[in-house]
Amino acid sequence: MDVKVKALSKTKQLTGLLDAQDQALVAAIQSGLPLCSRPYAEIGARIAMDEDEVIQRLQRMLQGKVIKRMGVVVKHHELGYRANAMVVWDIPDERVSKLGSSMGQFDFVTLCYQRPRRLPIWPYNLFCMIHGQDKGEVHHNIETLIERCKLDNVSHDVLFSKRRFKQRGARYHRLKPDGDTG
Amino acid sequence: MHGHNTDVLLDDPLKRRLLNDFQHGFPISPTPYKDIGEQLGISEVEVLSLLATLQDDGFISRIGAVFRANSVGASMLAAMAVPEDDLDRVAQIISAYDEVNHNYEREHHYNLWFVVTAEDDAHLQNVLLDMEKCTACPVLFLPMLHDYHIDLGFELKWT
Repeated sequence: MDVKVKALSKTKQLTGLLDAQDQALVAAIQSGLPLCSRPYAEIGARIAMDEDEVIQRLQRMLQGKVIKRMGVVVKHHELGYRANAMVVWDIPDERVSKLGSSMGQFDFVTLCYQRPRRLPIWPYNLFCMIHGQDKGEVHHNIETLIERCKLDNVSHDVLFSKRRFKQRGARYHRLKPDGDTG
Repeated sequence: MHGHNTDVLLDDPLKRRLLNDFQHGFPISPTPYKDIGEQLGISEVEVLSLLATLQDDGFISRIGAVFRANSVGASMLAAMAVPEDDLDRVAQIISAYDEVNHNYEREHHYNLWFVVTAEDDAHLQNVLLDMEKCTACPVLFLPMLHDYHIDLGFELKWT
């Protein structure tokens, strides 16, 4: 338990940046913008916030990097990217920051996180997600990473996805019962 | 979820641009769809109708904000090594939690991988412990320590 709590301690600092109004806005927008002429006004109407304020708060969250991006979230699989692999690496601690930053810049890498090792059962500390139209393309992309980031001596493992049991956007905040449940 | 025909997209440059060009930098302005229409040379109504079609056809998950992990709540990547003949049962239990947004089988000894999100650490802990209890499978907890990825969306190649 202690390990989990410690590993999560970062969360609180970041959540502290958002006031109650921001958190209500996150809850109202997390399932997506409605398709209508004034989507931000409609999001605001759900939480009694006017359009101007919705826009200002979202811009602030984008600048503060709480929002990584605003835009269309596509479904890779349905668009023909049938293969995805989580590639995990055992990188010496002193190199993880530099290598993580390099790997995170390749356009075929869609996630790149440092996570804790769980020795002895789990030695890997850097996780990338790589999508491709087929397994061959994913393997080719991994080869590219190894070559360009000089990872020949780094042990890694490739975990291709098989069945997708569930996939949807993250929901961080439960909406109040009188709010929109979408 | 198979059988999606991406050919319909190859024939329609507007759909392709809507999918590819607005994954980041989507307007945060009073009339974002009108603004996009101006860039594409079409009306707001046409933008809304094309996006609705793309959503109905299952190519778009949503239009909106992608939040940095752990910036607006707590999340955890978790894995389990489940005996092959028990995988369906355990996967079903995990998927049934409202807090789970991704749940995949992967080719590995650790064959079930899922992401749990909650509004705070306490709720997250409770869910994870409950999962261990309900499935009788130990969970490998892999919280994010650092995010190295600058998310600009995903460049789609149309072949």
